[in-house]
Amino acid sequence: MAVMQPASTGTAAVREPAAHEIAIDCKVAKIFYGTFLAVRDSHVPIQKGKITGFIGPSGCGKSTVLRSLNRMNDMITGFRLEGHVHFLGQDVYGGKVDPVVVRRYIGMVFQQPNPFSMSVYDNVAFGLRLNRFKGNLDERVEHALRRAALWDEVKDKLKASGLSLSGGQQQRLCIARAIATDPAVLLMDEPCSALDPIATRRIEELMLDLKDDYTIVIVTHNMQQAMRVADITSFFAVDISKGGRTGYLVEMGETKQIFEAPHEQLTKEYIRGEFS
Amino acid sequence: MASNPFASAAPADAITRPPSSGEYLSDRVFRSLTLVAAAIIIALVVYILWEIGGQAMPAIRDHHLSFLTTSAWDVQSERFGILPQIWGTLYSSLLALVSAGFFGLTVAIFLTQDFLPPKLAMVFRTIIEMLAAIPSVVFGLWGIFVVIPAIRPLADWLHEYLGWIPLFGTSLSGPGLAPATIVLAIMILPTVAAISQDALNLVPYRTKEAAYGMGATRWEAILKVMVPTAAGGILSAMVLGFGRALGETMALAMLIGNSNQISLSLFSPASTLAALLASSFPEAGRIEVQALMYAALVLLFITLVVNVIGTFILNLTQRRISGKS
Repeated sequence: MAVMQPASTGTAAVREPAAHEIAIDCKVAKIFYGTFLAVRDSHVPIQKGKITGFIGPSGCGKSTVLRSLNRMNDMITGFRLEGHVHFLGQDVYGGKVDPVVVRRYIGMVFQQPNPFSMSVYDNVAFGLRLNRFKGNLDERVEHALRRAALWDEVKDKLKASGLSLSGGQQQRLCIARAIATDPAVLLMDEPCSALDPIATRRIEELMLDLKDDYTIVIVTHNMQQAMRVADITSFFAVDISKGGRTGYLVEMGETKQIFEAPHEQLTKEYIRGEFS
Repeated sequence: MASNPFASAAPADAITRPPSSGEYLSDRVFRSLTLVAAAIIIALVVYILWEIGGQAMPAIRDHHLSFLTTSAWDVQSERFGILPQIWGTLYSSLLALVSAGFFGLTVAIFLTQDFLPPKLAMVFRTIIEMLAAIPSVVFGLWGIFVVIPAIRPLADWLHEYLGWIPLFGTSLSGPGLAPATIVLAIMILPTVAAISQDALNLVPYRTKEAAYGMGATRWEAILKVMVPTAAGGILSAMVLGFGRALGETMALAMLIGNSNQISLSLFSPASTLAALLASSFPEAGRIEVQALMYAALVLLFITLVVNVIGTFILNLTQRRISGKS
């Protein structure tokens, strides 16, 4: 763990995307857990139809920022966000917004595959039933499973428990479950960290395939993964200068630029593997 | 004894050495000790079964299975049957389970699903578990002096206006199924609530996260994900609570009325196997003791089966939650 310099600036010299290209405009001034300042000064605009990767050393707040986008952090007592997260013309932290509704529009895939202890079919149908979907359930379930590149492997065991699948299959099942309701944005919190390289590869291919229909945000601790899948990369780091361990956005830009010509010295050092 | 196959090839000043013969010895002593302790417990169970079975043998030879299907308990003519007691045991336990199951599960949900701060939930849980520490006889006294007078107005009203329903078919005669069931439900509530809580706590956090991540409301997450995932454990909580109710003795002997009849009515007196045993043993002659031993064997068999089923379901669920089957 290298001692980091205090942040110089925020997002340096990125082409500012136009407003209509933005799916979620996340501007964090401060995120607290109780009195602990976890993240500061991070403006992270998420572009529509692209894959945005969050990279950075552990404790840099990349997961925290991701989970702020669909208010998953509300499950943690003491969580507080200063700033705004604009989505479909609303601040998701606005007083009138129920986090439950936000999570129906912004789907999530977690680090550990977490299918429900129910059949493969019921797992995928879960969100549809939650939203009182009136159309053809079988058709939607099949569509979601095909989209998640899982259909051929499970079409003969739709009644089997979701937990009976392999780790990689479980994660694709979770992706199918998340996309069954066609959410606008898909958040993925280190979706491959519990998977072997082959399963990881399949998920990555799947993400590239899903990009046409969904805006995807992915947290990854694996820089090669960010290079392979992300269009835009945000690099977060930890600032320990004020005693605490506060994460912040160092820079954000086209993945190619971040990896080949980073503006910040800190990014350069991280990319070169000088600290992790 | 402590042979070291590497001794010749290893460097002379190596730090590693094989365990000494003393260490091997204490290892073996410890292992046999645990084995003996386990064997004694198993032997004890077998011995109790053997002893009760042996004492019940004359009664089993005399009455065969008719003992289970007739309802006389006549010491003079030596006619014994425990059908009303079997009925009373199962019926009172089932009624108690219905109410304790409902309240127990509600309490378990309330205490495990973030309705309360963890510390307060812990206090609540301890208080409910303290119910289990109240002696049975105290529950019995409380039932006689508090519960029976308290339910009398409602019981009379139910019998008067809804008497056509078999459940309310007789008037409350004092001790009977209703007060016995109420007290029994309270007595098994801690068991049901505690095991249901454990089952709900066993559901991994990531499952809960998945439910909320899908945009489920709290009740949707609880009813559609948490409770179904914990269903096996909750079911075994019910079965084990039922097992406790079957064997409960003192409070029931005081409250159920010890009447040799089969009735659906909540307000009529009834009897259970345990109550029969407790109330008849003190004055029983040799022949009656044999019959009572037979009844004890039947009770033992019922509770044993119920507990084995409960434990089996519990194990099955734990395996299912961890995804191993």
